[in-house]
Parts: sequence; structure tokens; C-alpha cells
Amino acid sequence: MNQSAKSLFLAMFLVFSLAYGATGYAKIQKAIAENAITTSSPDSSGDPLSGLASGQFNQIAETVSALALSDPDRAKSIVSALQTNALYQDSRHGLYLEKENGYADIRSGQKISLTDDGLKPVRINNKVRLALVTSTALFGLSSPNAATRLQSADTLYSHAIPAFTPKISAALAQEKDQKVKLAFEKAQAAAFLSETPLATGDNARLKAIAILKKSGGLDAHNILCRIAASSLESQSVKQSAKKAVSSIEFRLGFWDLLQNAFYGLSYGSVLLLAATGLAITFGIMGVINMAHGELIMIGAYVTYLVQQSIHTVFPALDPFALVVAVPVAFLACGALGVLIERGLIRFLYGRPLETLLATWGLSLILQQAIRSLFGATNIEITTPYWLAGSFMLGGIEITLNRLVIFLFAFAVLGALMMTLRRTSIGLEMRAVTQNRRMSALMGVRTPRVDALAFGLGSGIAGLAGVAATQIDNISPNLGQNYIIDSFMAVVFGGVGNLWGTFAGAMTLGMGDKVLEPSIGAVSAKIAILVLVIVYIQRHPRGMFPLRGRGVES
Amino acid sequence: MSSRLSTPAKRPFSSAVVMAVAVFLLSVTLAGASLLPENSLFHVSPFVMTLAGKYLAYAMLALSVDLVWGFAGILTLGHAAFFALGGYAMGMYLMREIGTRSAYGNPNLPDFMIFLSWDHLPFYWWGSQHLVWVALLVLAVPAILAGIFGWLAFRSRVSGVYLSIITQALTYALMLAFFQNGLGFGGNNGLTDFKDILGADLHASSTRAVLLIVTGIFLAAALLISRWIVSGRFGNLLLAVRDAESRTRFLGYRPEQIKLVIWVFSAMIAGIGGALYVTQVGIINPSEFSPSNSIESVIWVSVGGRGTLVGSVIGAILVNFGKTVFTTWLPDFWLYSLGAMFILTTLFLPNGIMGLGHHLRKKSEEVTPEIIEPEESEHDR
Repeated sequence: MNQSAKSLFLAMFLVFSLAYGATGYAKIQKAIAENAITTSSPDSSGDPLSGLASGQFNQIAETVSALALSDPDRAKSIVSALQTNALYQDSRHGLYLEKENGYADIRSGQKISLTDDGLKPVRINNKVRLALVTSTALFGLSSPNAATRLQSADTLYSHAIPAFTPKISAALAQEKDQKVKLAFEKAQAAAFLSETPLATGDNARLKAIAILKKSGGLDAHNILCRIAASSLESQSVKQSAKKAVSSIEFRLGFWDLLQNAFYGLSYGSVLLLAATGLAITFGIMGVINMAHGELIMIGAYVTYLVQQSIHTVFPALDPFALVVAVPVAFLACGALGVLIERGLIRFLYGRPLETLLATWGLSLILQQAIRSLFGATNIEITTPYWLAGSFMLGGIEITLNRLVIFLFAFAVLGALMMTLRRTSIGLEMRAVTQNRRMSALMGVRTPRVDALAFGLGSGIAGLAGVAATQIDNISPNLGQNYIIDSFMAVVFGGVGNLWGTFAGAMTLGMGDKVLEPSIGAVSAKIAILVLVIVYIQRHPRGMFPLRGRGVES
Repeated sequence: MSSRLSTPAKRPFSSAVVMAVAVFLLSVTLAGASLLPENSLFHVSPFVMTLAGKYLAYAMLALSVDLVWGFAGILTLGHAAFFALGGYAMGMYLMREIGTRSAYGNPNLPDFMIFLSWDHLPFYWWGSQHLVWVALLVLAVPAILAGIFGWLAFRSRVSGVYLSIITQALTYALMLAFFQNGLGFGGNNGLTDFKDILGADLHASSTRAVLLIVTGIFLAAALLISRWIVSGRFGNLLLAVRDAESRTRFLGYRPEQIKLVIWVFSAMIAGIGGALYVTQVGIINPSEFSPSNSIESVIWVSVGGRGTLVGSVIGAILVNFGKTVFTTWLPDFWLYSLGAMFILTTLFLPNGIMGLGHHLRKKSEEVTPEIIEPEESEHDR
């Protein structure tokens, strides 16, 4: 279920509950009665098809549903014709199917030649569409394909129609596949509970409630809420429905929390990439690079350029442009970083506050340069097919691009740790971090280490830019959105400690997203900022402070 | 090390007095010239006058930044927050002055509250129809926020870039908060469409002239009080804290208290600047809280000369004049030149224009304190 479908369901649920609250049970009953499909024709003439030509959407929908029960074969052809706008009517309630060459009278099945004028297509609206979908699902119940049966059962579960109950029960009795059987049971229970309590016994209803309780989800919640509030239900049924509702609500809330935590994880991952670069330059050189956000932004624009140029030169490689962009962005931003260090920052060592100002100036220039080159509006980055899509893990939806970003961030962090621990340049960087003067005396060429460290940090910013293209809008202001959060992550975690940065970025990312649904995006951000401000005042050196001599300066 | 400390004994900052007089005279002259007939050669249009008033209000913000950055070594990246808070306080009064002339014509509630279908004023708007109460708010709100923030920060010895970053986070958080409609300050649009101040039409030339003079007087007064604060014993302590905080502490002083005093005082000056700004510009919205505004005010000080009081005023006026010129004629070029200004002044003009002047005439009467970073050993090369 994608985001929009989910919110659609939520909206439907809300609308439903509002409508329910406003109109009371009587109206619901009336609606159910109206929805209840009788096999007799809605038209007095006894022609089961006349409803289709009535021009009334309600009648069309009812006719379709009635036909699906009484005459599936004919209904199938009508449903598909309606779906493709291939059903026509004339002024005398004649109904015609569009064939390859000409039209066929729907009642007699005879081919007839007709002129186009005087015919108009039978129009459909959402209500009719729903009838089409449920009817198709009803046909699907007897499909030889298990996947189709499963899908049909799910459709009938989310759109419970009481009149379909016997058909679903019949299909359930014949079903062998365990998984499909379960889905049928759910659909049956949902349809069953949509009927009036008089038609069924309490015990059967309790059983149905138990099945819905087990299945969970918004649809079940929806149905059970109605049962729990109904005045026609017996006390025991209402009680058990109430219990089921609270159990489902708890589960939904739990999964929602996990879902948001997952979003937080991916946002935290980009933040982690952004903050790691910052932590390196800050940790090793004591330099705050305010242009770091702009390096992220440039990384994103490099991704865009790579994607564009691959698209023009080797369109076949399009899906892998993102993979190509990773090293390109790293090298481009790394080179830019070395340039910044050699051209600007090395003149300001020992003056951290001035560095802050100078790099801020640089960030303004870089922003404006990108704005002049690419325009101020968002640019389009296509998501390759292997990153589009998602799968369900329990009740949370794992989107592939977010998962890949998370893994990517981890891989980068791992590679960085290996570089710092296992290579000679890493050793030199750590040495300079701990004691610059001593390292210089031992023969470490500190200017070279500075330049490389700055390049490394900037390169990682470029990687953050590549990752950001998948979850954010790309505009010249991109860097501004990340810079404050990544600063927070660095100071929150403690400077010069990658694990601290990791903890800081993830805490910030998760906190942001987990708080977001309950108090709103902006308030969540404010709450996090205030928390971090207060936290830093209690722990001025972050969660994982460096210890030892020379730290206090 | 001893050479690093500026000579503290004689820092009369007599230039501050000169500047205070100059600012006052400038505002009076401009205001007077605006009242001349329109065909006169010396007539000053209301637009120019508003611009001048804006520059002077910005100069107060710059002065407040200079007090904490130039004298106490606290690089604030969030001072615009205090400026904007003062502005919002004044905006509340000006909103209430609109009265029944608003679109909805409610005598008590500003339009945006009616739009949110509120039926009464939130408690923090109480009394905002009185200028005296609002004037108190202009001073108190920034002071209280600065007091709490500074007390927490200085007490736990948050300093250097850490402090800079959390001041930035502070103003960012406030910006996000003020963008919300529910806070009761007009959300996105802020407070605007003002009509009167104390019954006088805000759009009339005469009102604007008076406002300009008032701004001039406040700036001059702020300069003089600041000069008095930094040139005495307290000024020496400030410099001691700036250049060698640990040593000052070992000598038995309490650096956090010294910093807190100047921090709160500076926030109040910024608040007054914001209040005067709003009366003349006619709008206050959450973008005034944006971190980039705060950082820009730091560059004014940097261009003018840090730790000189006068330099901040000169810097604020010059840079903003440049901004007006550039954004009118070469809008795309402004950010490039602002960026370049940041880089070039930090690289080549560490003491700003005042330092340049000092450099040129070596035997100056006045000793411009040299800005040297506090004791540190890690990054010496």
C-alpha cells in the first residue's frame, strides 16, 4: 500500500466515522439496506439490464452487482465493457457493446450495424467503479490462480458487501490453499458483520469478530467500531467488538510508531552521512565548515548531471546512473573540498570563529552559483526501477530506496572506519587529531593530512547528496535544510567520535520522525532543537566526549 | 602570550562619542530635510528616510553583536532572534492601534486571529494596546530569553563554536515556531498593515521624521552606554574573559557572570533596534529570525571592525547601503558580493575598516584593541 492509498483509506475511515457520528445508526442501516442487492431487477419491467441504461449511477452500480450474483457470464462482459468505456446506450434504452467492427446488441447478442450518432457511452462514477471492482473480485474468487483468489478476497474484505456472503462461503468451502483460506475467512467475516444482527446469531458474530480482531488493519477497525457502537447488537457482541477495537488500535499505533521509526532511520542515515563529513573536519581540524551543506547540495547536482549525461550518451545504462554517481560525486566534492582547504581554510587555522564566517560566505557564493547555473527551482531526479517499490515487514512498509540509503550510510561509515583504523593516512589523521604538534615533530606532514581530511569529509558530503536525491527535493537551498540538523548531530554526539556522530544523527532523525505524527512536523523539529540545546548545556561536549589532555582548549 | 593582550589601561573609545553625535546629527538633518518642500534641492524623500531609519536600526543590532563578539568573544549566530522579538513586541502594539480599521473591523482582535476564529486575545497580548507596556516587553522579552539561555550556556561553559551553533539553533527554532499560525503572531505573514503609532499616521512624513530622530537618539544613547560599560573596569574584565577565560577564572572572577551581564544587555539593545525597525519598515515576519540574518549582522561587525563599537555602526550602514544598491541594480550579484565580503574581510581585514584606518595612521591616539584569538595551543602552526 503506498502512502497516498494509505492516506486515502485513512480519509475514508475518517469521513465514514464522521458521517456515522452525525447521522446515527438508522441511516447506516438504511444505507446497508440500500446496498443490499436483491436478485430481482431494480426496474419493474423485469428486464435485469434496464438499470444500465437508466443514466442513474446508483442504478447502474446496483444492476452490476445484481448481475454479478445472478448471471456471472453476462456480468463479466458488461463489467469489462464498462471499465473500457465500451458500453453504449441509445435513446430507447437499447444497450450495445462496441466490437471490433460495429456494435452488438447486449440483450440478443446479435451484431447490428449502427451509425455512431444517437449512441452515447454509459458513464461511470466512483460508486459504479466500486461495484465493478467488487464484482470483478467476486468472479476472481473462483479463479484457478491462487494469487487472483487471494487478491479478490482482500478486495471483498476491504469492501464488505453482505449480499456476497453466500458466494464467499461457498468459495471458502472449496478452498484448499491455507493462505487463501485465511483471506476468505476474513472476507466472509467482514461481509457477515455487515449484515443486520437479526439475520445471524450472536455466536456466529462473535466468531466473525474474533477473525477480524486477529486480522487487524483499518478496515477491520472500521467495521468493529460500527458494531461496538450499534444499538441493535447484543451486549456480549458489543463488548467483544469493543475489546477487539482497542486491541486493533494498540497494534495499529505500534506499527505506526515502527513505521515512523523506519522513516526516521532513513532520514537519520542521510543526516549521518552529512554529519560524518562535518565531524571529520571539525574533529581533526577544529574547523566548522558552514559550506558543508552546499557540498551536499553539489553532490545532489552532480548526481543530476551524471544522470543527464548517461541518459544522453548511454540510455541503456539509465538505471545505473545512481551507482555511477556515487564515485563521481565523492571525487567531485572531495576535489572541491581540497580546493577549499588549500585556497581558504588553511589561512584561517587557529581562528575557528573566523573560519565559520568565511565558509558561510563561501556557502552563499556556491548557492548563488548553482542558482545561476541550474535555476532556483527543484530539479527532477528519476528513481531507478531497482529502488522503486516496497515490501511489508510485519505491519510496516519498507520502501526500497529508504532501505538502500540506510545500508549505504552504514557501508560508508564502515569504509570510513576502516580508512581511519587500517590505512596509514587514517593513522596520520588520528595522530593529528590527538596532538598536532607532536605529529608534526614525528614527521607527519600535517598540511597534507589537513587537505586530505577535508577532502574526505567533503567527499562524504557529496555521498550524502547522492542519498538525499532519493528522499528530498533537490534545489539550491537543499544544503540549508541539512546543515543545522547535521551540526546538531555532531555536537549532540560529541566531536571527533564517529560512534557519537552515529548516535547523534540517528537520535535526531528518529526523534524528528517519531514525534512528527503526534505533534506536527514543525513542532517536532522545535522540540528536538530545544532538547538538543538543553542537552548540550548539560553535556557541553556531547554524548561521547573526547577525554584526555589537550581536549580542554 | 603577554603580547597578545591589548593594552587595557587606556581605551577611551572617544570615537564612540563622535559617532553618537554624528548619528544624532545625521538623523536630525535627514528628518529636517524631509520636511522641506518637494522641489527643494535638499528635499529627502520618505523612502530615503525609511531606508536611513532601517540602517540605524540595523546598526543597533550590529552594536549589540559587537558587544558580545568583540568584547566578550562570544560569536553569536542568533542575535537576530532578540532583534525580531523586540520587533514582534512593537508589532503587537501597532496591530492593536489598527483597531476597527482592519478588514474585519474587530476593535480588539487582529485580522489573523479572526481568521483563525479565535474569540479572545491570548494572554501574552494583554496590555499590548499600551505603548508603555509594550516598551517594557521590548526590553524584557529579549532580556529574559537571553538571561535563561545565557545562564544555562555560560554556567555549563559551553563556548566557542559550540555556543555559536546552539545560538543558531535557538533562532532557527524560534523561526519555525513563529511560522506557526497557532502561536498567535500571524504565522507566515507576520504582523503588518500598520496604521498609527500613538495616534499619529505612520505613513505621514512628519511621523517618519520623528521616528528617524528617535532611532538616532536611541542609537546614540546605546553607543554612549556601551562605551561607558566597556571602557571601565568591567570592560577590562570583558577583555580578560575574551582573551584568557581560564586565567580570569583562576584569578577569582566569575567569567560566566561577566558574560551573562553583557549578553543580556546586548540582547536588550538588539530588542530596541528591532522595535524601532518595525515602526519604520512596517512589517515583521518570521523570516527575521532566519539564521542567515544573524550571520549577516556578524559580517557587518566584521566589516566595520570587531571590538570597536563605532566599527559596527559603520559596517552595518555600509553593508546595508551596498545591499540596497546591489539588490536594486544587480540582484543576482548581491549574494556573490556578500559571500566575497565574508571571505575577504576574514582573510585580509581581520580588524575591519577601523583596523584599516588604524593601520594607515599608525600613530593614532586611540588604541584599537587587536583581536586575537584566546589562548589555544592545538592549532598553532
